[in-house]
Amino acid sequence: MWLTDSSIGRKFVMSISGLFLVLFLLFHASMNLTLIFSEDAYNWICEMLGANWYALIGTGVLALGVLVHFAFAIVLTYQNRKARGNDRYAVETRQEGVDWASKNMLALGIIVLGFLVLHLANFWFKMQFQELTGLKTGAFDPQNGAAYVKYLFTGLYDPAGIQEGYEFSPMANWLHPVYCILYLVWLCALWFHLSHGVWSALQTMGMSNTLWLNRIKVISIVVATIIVGMFAAVIVYYLGMFVGANCF
Amino acid sequence: MDKNINIKVRVWRQAGPKAKGYFETYELKNIFQGASFLEMMDILNEQLIAEHKDPIAFDHDCREGICGMCSMYVNGHPHGPDSAITTCQLHMRKFNDGETITVEPWRSHAFPVIKDLMVDRGAYDKIMQAGGFISVNTGGVPDANAIPIPKAKADEAMDAASCIGCGACAAACKNGSAMLFVAAKVSQLALLPQGKVEAAKRAKAMVAKMDELGFGNCTNTGACAAECPKSVSLTNIARLNREFLAAKFQD
Ligand code: HEM
Ligand code: SF4
Ligand code: FES
Repeated sequence: MWLTDSSIGRKFVMSISGLFLVLFLLFHASMNLTLIFSEDAYNWICEMLGANWYALIGTGVLALGVLVHFAFAIVLTYQNRKARGNDRYAVETRQEGVDWASKNMLALGIIVLGFLVLHLANFWFKMQFQELTGLKTGAFDPQNGAAYVKYLFTGLYDPAGIQEGYEFSPMANWLHPVYCILYLVWLCALWFHLSHGVWSALQTMGMSNTLWLNRIKVISIVVATIIVGMFAAVIVYYLGMFVGANCF
Repeated sequence: MDKNINIKVRVWRQAGPKAKGYFETYELKNIFQGASFLEMMDILNEQLIAEHKDPIAFDHDCREGICGMCSMYVNGHPHGPDSAITTCQLHMRKFNDGETITVEPWRSHAFPVIKDLMVDRGAYDKIMQAGGFISVNTGGVPDANAIPIPKAKADEAMDAASCIGCGACAAACKNGSAMLFVAAKVSQLALLPQGKVEAAKRAKAMVAKMDELGFGNCTNTGACAAECPKSVSLTNIARLNREFLAAKFQD
């Protein structure tokens, strides 16, 4: 199969799976953004994308996408190290115009993946998983996602929102801003990954020429900034809320 | 103004393909900055011969930037610190008095060291043999204007054809990828009507050979184009991707 046997085929899989994840993130980030404007709107989305069949299929396809992207990333990087050979140069320099992210895509991707695990434990396990199994893994009703997000990042909650029969003990207050900072670090790594990834994916698919090469590089930065900006806005919003509630 | 400088040259010495290599540092006095880098290497070798030592083996031929033989990795750059030139076009005025210059061979799995600074770049020849040509029947010389070609296309093809097959692209690449070379060789033909006939077959055959020989997967870092002595553009890689993907989707 040429998609696995040829270098350009493997790169093609890499770029398709990467762009698929980019589209998902755009979708995800715009949903999150509603938190700033209306908690009701966010909760309406939580209801829509609970544990029904389309949300589950979506989750499955997504997991497959991450898996393919990750598996190919490992294989490609391994093959590339082998192609480089065991003898390294004694003097290594940076070439002009070669961005740092492009040489550290695997490392950046692994940081992204590490935080993804934390993120799934924070949210997916307490929301979709809870709805699926009926086990009370979280203090809040999954349909009331906004209350949970707010609690995680600021520590603020309405005691009436705690689910019946759940032993709720609030976590240490300093953990809330730490979560905020961790998520912001994660977003930085994502920004670097995408600032190279998007144009690299388009180039791999052949969508580049003398005119478009610079354009797709700009598009890459813009897409990375939009995605990371939307996610970060929500975190910064809650971080501000935490500071407001605790420091004044 | 060019003056005479004293330098140290730290060179990779390796007796043969299987031997273990090491760096050795030589001192050179009164090197004229107007000399070329290879002339400096010649002076060094004469000094070594006078001392009854083994001279340093390095590839060179035309010494005017057209054959692609000279292949030295100087101070962290293939073809040295200057841009858009070959090692043979590099001048000693790029270096300062008292400087230590590190000279290494191309290092890439598919370019094994033969001796000292000389590496086996036969892999590029094998890729060419796999499809870097057009098949035409011999006969009378056709009229040069019989096939009209737009000027822009002709220029792009000419730019791709400026590749001299030196191997700096794979040597510079952190992934040991030969994509810039293969892209240039596919592009110079794919852009022209004469090359279109076998375009799909060519792209598939050359990429397959490149993969078989153990070159890496391109991740578009761009180090190749930054170091290429002929400034072959990254856009050629996009064209190679297009040609290859189109050929595979047609199958
Ligand atoms: C699971 C953790 C991840 C790892 C280990 C990872 C790793 C990699 C690696 C090694 C590359 C190849 C570098 C290159 O071809 O330039 C790559 C490319 C890419 N990644 Fe990721 N990545 C991960 C997650 C993500 C996520 C979550 C996204 C999307 C939001 C993403 C988007 C991309 C894109 C668009 C490319 C460019 C594909 C191409 O160059 O052809 N990656 N990734
Ligand atoms: S593309 Fe440039 S660096 Fe690569 S072989 Fe051709 S001339 Fe040398
Ligand atoms: S010796 Fe011919 S290009 Fe340098």
